Amino acid sequence: MLSKRIISCLDVRDGNLAKSVKFVDTKDIGDPVSTAAKYYENGIDELVLYDITASSDNRNIMLDVVNKVASRIFIPFSVGGGLRTVQDCTNVLLAGAEKVNVNTAAVANPNLISDTAKVFGAQAVVLSMDVLEVEISQKIPSGYEVVTHGGRIHTGIDALWWAKKGQELGAGELVINSIDADGTKEGYEIRLTRKIADSVSIPVIASGGGGKPSHLHDVLTEGGADAALIASILHYNEYTIKEIKDYLSSRGIKVRKT
Amino acid sequence: MIAIIDYDAGNLTSVKRALDYLGIQSRITPDPDEIMTSERIIFPGVGHAASAMNTIIKRGLDQALKESYTKGTPILGICLGTQIILSHSMEGNTDCLGLIKGDCPEFKPENPRLKIPHMGWNQIRKLSDHPILDNVDPGDEFYFVHSFYPQPHNPSSILAVCEYEIEFPSVIGCNNLVATQFHPEKSGPAGLRILSNFSSWDGTIC
Repeated sequence: MLSKRIISCLDVRDGNLAKSVKFVDTKDIGDPVSTAAKYYENGIDELVLYDITASSDNRNIMLDVVNKVASRIFIPFSVGGGLRTVQDCTNVLLAGAEKVNVNTAAVANPNLISDTAKVFGAQAVVLSMDVLEVEISQKIPSGYEVVTHGGRIHTGIDALWWAKKGQELGAGELVINSIDADGTKEGYEIRLTRKIADSVSIPVIASGGGGKPSHLHDVLTEGGADAALIASILHYNEYTIKEIKDYLSSRGIKVRKT
Repeated sequence: MIAIIDYDAGNLTSVKRALDYLGIQSRITPDPDEIMTSERIIFPGVGHAASAMNTIIKRGLDQALKESYTKGTPILGICLGTQIILSHSMEGNTDCLGLIKGDCPEFKPENPRLKIPHMGWNQIRKLSDHPILDNVDPGDEFYFVHSFYPQPHNPSSILAVCEYEIEFPSVIGCNNLVATQFHPEKSGPAGLRILSNFSSWDGTIC
């Protein structure tokens, strides 16, 4: 039986580690390479490096970070943020990542998913979507809308439709990031995660709102998620990976031992 | 020196990086002569069986592998490499190298909630005390990403199994050849132990 995965997300800006709260007021809190290595040694199952660098001039700094991380950790990791073309995806995969995380650019150009999957396989393409709860309408029947630019831009796309479309285009996994829950540490968006997990056959990774181990338990059971992303609770040493996994294990969830 | 066979099958560098980290010398190479003269061979891979076989034959790597196997060079197959050492794969319905007699069927789970590919961390159960599995403990988990699985004809070639609705072979081997369906280079400390075991294995089974 597969274990549920605990994945940590490291936001990287200009080569430094950052954690956003509701995607504004980011502050740098450390070095991504040594943090990645520390989490690896402490038993994280997978990592995401998310490039939130504003200027495209600094993209090469990110490739350097990817390369260094790949030489220090021996678990799968993906890279996202600012990947607009198949060439951008190729660059990070050649730098040592297993998977790419596409988000905004895939909304504008869905072929980015299929074109990348054709070259590297579906397992290499993760579709990440930022989702905001909105009023149910004809256009957004699920009541969840895909947004971009940290929630500032509404796309008019229904999140449930987009999740299914992403799978059809060849994404191998989905990250469902709730903008409402992100940074709140009050728990994942269970209802949203469940809706999507019930509608697709690829793994679903819940993101946004993880503040304590019971939140992970809830989204991995009630929410139907295959994996949960955590960030600030690790970055600020509120819980260790072992504490989280021991808790989940004690509540009957199969996780990889640390 | 370990030769890592380059047949354009994605992510060769991750195996190399893991060996570098362990201080084990290796070189990524598409050259049949270099492969045949190396001490050990790793046959990695991510990709599609039929298209991989095309490249392998075009580069003369099939002969290099067969000759190296015959003369006793320790060989480690990983993921797609594990599937291709069998006689046949259902992925693209293609004939493969046939170093171990067997086939490679596709997962067809009865439970609709079981996702394919089988992707993530899963435990293996040892059926053999093969040197490659030294210090691999019962609770150890490994990272898998695959939709097809190796099925040798001879049950004695199955060294470990893994459960995903069915029990399927996760480590297979015969003589100086051993192969894992999971990715040891992506399986944390337990995976690194397997690479380390391979680097000191002389190709014989005690």
